[in-house]
Amino acid sequence: MTTATMPLVTKKDFQTDQEIRWCPGCGDYAILSAVQSVFPELGIPRENFVIISGIGCSSRFPYYMNTFGFHTIHGRAPAVATGLKITRPDLSVWVVTGDGDSLSIGGNHTIHMLRRNIGLKVLLFNNRIYGLTKGQFSPTSELGKRTKSTPFGTTDRPFNPLSLAIGSEATFVARSVDVFQQHLKETLKKAAAHKGSAYIEILQNCNIFNDRAWESLTEKDARSEHVVHLEHGKPLIFGKNHDKGIRLNGLELEVVTLGNGITEKDLLIHDEHHPLPAYAFLLAHMEERPGFPSPIGVLRSWENVPCYEDLINQQIRDVQAKRGKGDLAKLLRAGDTWEVKP
Amino acid sequence: MSTTLSQPRQHKREIVEKAVIRFAGDSGDGMQITGGQFTNTVALYGNDLATLPDYPAEIRAPAGTIPGVSGFQVHFSSSDVYTPGDNVDALIAMNPAALRVNLPDLIPNGILIVNLDDFGEADLRKAHLTSNPLEDHSLDGYRLFPVELTRLTRAALKDVGLDAKSMDRCKNFFALGMCYWLYNRSMDMTLRWIEDKFKNKPLLVQANRLAMEAGYSYCEATEAFQISYEIPPAKLAPGLYRSISGNVALAMGFVAASQKAGIPLFLGSYPITPASDILHALANYKEFGVITFQAEDEIAAITSAIGAAYGGALGITATSGPGMSLKTEALGLAVGVELPLVICNVQRGGPSTGLPTKTEQADLLQALFGRNSEAPVPVLAPATPGDCFWIALEAARIAIKYMVPVIILSDGYLANGAEPWHIPAASDLPEIPVHFETNPTDFSPYRRNPETLARPWAIPGTPEMEHRIGGIEKQDITGNVSYDPINHEHMVRLRAAKVDAVVQEVPDAVPAGDPSGDLLIVAWGSTHGAVTAALKAQRAQGRRIGHVHLRHLNPLPKNLGEVLGRYKKVLVPEMNMGQLLMVLRAKYLVDAQGYDKIQGKPFKQSEIERKIEEMLGVNQETR
Repeated sequence: MTTATMPLVTKKDFQTDQEIRWCPGCGDYAILSAVQSVFPELGIPRENFVIISGIGCSSRFPYYMNTFGFHTIHGRAPAVATGLKITRPDLSVWVVTGDGDSLSIGGNHTIHMLRRNIGLKVLLFNNRIYGLTKGQFSPTSELGKRTKSTPFGTTDRPFNPLSLAIGSEATFVARSVDVFQQHLKETLKKAAAHKGSAYIEILQNCNIFNDRAWESLTEKDARSEHVVHLEHGKPLIFGKNHDKGIRLNGLELEVVTLGNGITEKDLLIHDEHHPLPAYAFLLAHMEERPGFPSPIGVLRSWENVPCYEDLINQQIRDVQAKRGKGDLAKLLRAGDTWEVKP
Repeated sequence: MSTTLSQPRQHKREIVEKAVIRFAGDSGDGMQITGGQFTNTVALYGNDLATLPDYPAEIRAPAGTIPGVSGFQVHFSSSDVYTPGDNVDALIAMNPAALRVNLPDLIPNGILIVNLDDFGEADLRKAHLTSNPLEDHSLDGYRLFPVELTRLTRAALKDVGLDAKSMDRCKNFFALGMCYWLYNRSMDMTLRWIEDKFKNKPLLVQANRLAMEAGYSYCEATEAFQISYEIPPAKLAPGLYRSISGNVALAMGFVAASQKAGIPLFLGSYPITPASDILHALANYKEFGVITFQAEDEIAAITSAIGAAYGGALGITATSGPGMSLKTEALGLAVGVELPLVICNVQRGGPSTGLPTKTEQADLLQALFGRNSEAPVPVLAPATPGDCFWIALEAARIAIKYMVPVIILSDGYLANGAEPWHIPAASDLPEIPVHFETNPTDFSPYRRNPETLARPWAIPGTPEMEHRIGGIEKQDITGNVSYDPINHEHMVRLRAAKVDAVVQEVPDAVPAGDPSGDLLIVAWGSTHGAVTAALKAQRAQGRRIGHVHLRHLNPLPKNLGEVLGRYKKVLVPEMNMGQLLMVLRAKYLVDAQGYDKIQGKPFKQSEIERKIEEMLGVNQETR
């Protein structure tokens, strides 16, 4: 189908008549709005979109999107989506998940989905808390966090979702923030254009159980000091006055102030196609060190890795080319047979 | 070999009706291959047969020890064969451990071939034997043939150019050659197999051929046996036959279902004994468009199949007990979203890891009830290895027609056991109608077909049919999320009514044997052979017995209650602690009695017969 013959679709076409049951003020509304805005722009017929989710607040997402949708079970959305995408590579399949769903109960499926590089688009809503079960810590909660299930603080070290994705050989790893609407939309479009698994961590606020979890990034005054925008081919610069940069020093990153002989040329130029995962790891982990900003944008985008669904279907075509299309009568009679005469 | 050996000497040739032969050795001795070759040869000759492979869970337990013993039993006959045989007429024991484990099953005066070269002190010690049975007269009641299998094999292969270890690995073919002579069978089929198997290793072709021929010639030359046996072909129904195991039959049944439904087959699977061969077989059928997905775990195996079914494929998954436990939650999802799916559980001994390579039927109640809340599903069970093909087709047809997950309960004995299979004509297999809903007018994802109560299968990519499904309770017809109490009860009852409606597909129970009488045996799954054989033997003695073998365990045949009432007593033999028994007693208020065997081994015919006699009050002393 060409775009010329496609009916004009708008954001409204992707809205459902279902009453939205997220808490007022939840970051999920902003993500829903961004997705509903981006889908009409992707040139994909509406019936070819499928949204598959697991369990958790974020996983109610399919009910609010007027596409095909499947609200599955806890942690298993990537596996359900994998079965669908292998058999139906023509569909645009999106997995909506949360930090508990994807990184705790569904951790195994997450890493295997990413290593296979199957063409699924994954939106990880990370609010660093269990919301639907009312406030237990999640695998991304900070060490020592006091929650309902950890009244004296957690003793669990958290996952860094970006690092986990890179370590799982993900070919597209990005991060955005619920309230950065324009950035989120751009990131969604990039994910949609990527061939293979695309993994977006979306920092999302749960205003009931973990309010202001990402305040240092989202607060208007502080934002520019705490966020560095990764843009391919551009130097890593941040700060209210665009006066801070990130420089590579041996195997370490360091924050420098521009001026006094330090220019943009000295800074790290972002290369999202960098062949070494080590580069993306440096970016994923920098915020853990004092004085460093949090990266948003595309950390890693590797285009030349074959997709799982292509490989699996190509193999079938290859075997069919060699053996011919399957003949059931021949299959049943294969091997040694003998005839019993009447 | 000297030329004189090729001149056959006179020996007695006796025609017998049947024989049971068991190859037993170390798990590295190639006993499964040897048994498999013997099976294919007698099958090709036209004997009816049944096999019982019995191998350890360990890939290679320490050589020569009791845990490392691997066996393969073949029962072949000129008349109908229902079981692998209660007792063994001829035992080939490659070492003392194999002798010790298998000797109790050898009939008095049975043929016993042992590898004399493996009866040294160390070999005896590994089998925990304090004296050498070849010398202590403990084998006096058998026809013992101690053969220097190792030395003779090496002698036969001395010019091939293999090292000693490689030569020794051919000694199973020396033993196979002996058995071909003993039962007057041609070596041609195995020669063809050797040439194909080792086509890129000419030395091994030569070595295995020479070893087998040497074994054959040895018998001819030495007059070791003085007698050989001839078992004429069986009188099977006319047609084309092949030997088939349950797992291969299941795999072929699913390919046939996919072809007849005109939709692609997707298998999501995680390797597990004894179900992995289904994955192996289907992985090799790519020319049929079959997609096999070796998932990261059992849960991904079933959920990927659910995803495939959602997209319009025939989604299936295959596993064994522990894997079944892991799939349980996802199975509940399939019940709730009402998608077609087939789940094969090739049962093994449990609980937990249990007895991975041994057979059991103890997952019936799990299949019927093992999910949270009310989540009924149709449950089918094949009766024989060949029946696995028909059950796969039937399960797929029900799943698609009723939009429901269907469980198949096979077991380790059916999975690995083989029998001659009357090959159906592909064109005779009925089509499986598939209807993808494409009409958006009045479309509702949970509006039902009044006859089957199935909801429409509306797959992604269909314009104007966008809708949402999920594990949360759904409002009737619209499928919207609903927490309404009355709606929930309505939906629970609707889903159950849909499974009950599958009874339309279930043929009435027609007892084998007497249509009414003193005793009815109700059984399911792989006990079919032993019960059939026992029934025949007991009815020949004038007893009035019937046998109903259930292939549909949910829903049960609608006349089953009436049939149960036609007999004075009801016996339910099972390889569990009485699971079908519990269902029958609960459902029909019948005073049925159970007969349980939970040893990882199938029932023997004689065991069932003894139980029949006990229930009928036959004095076993005087029979």
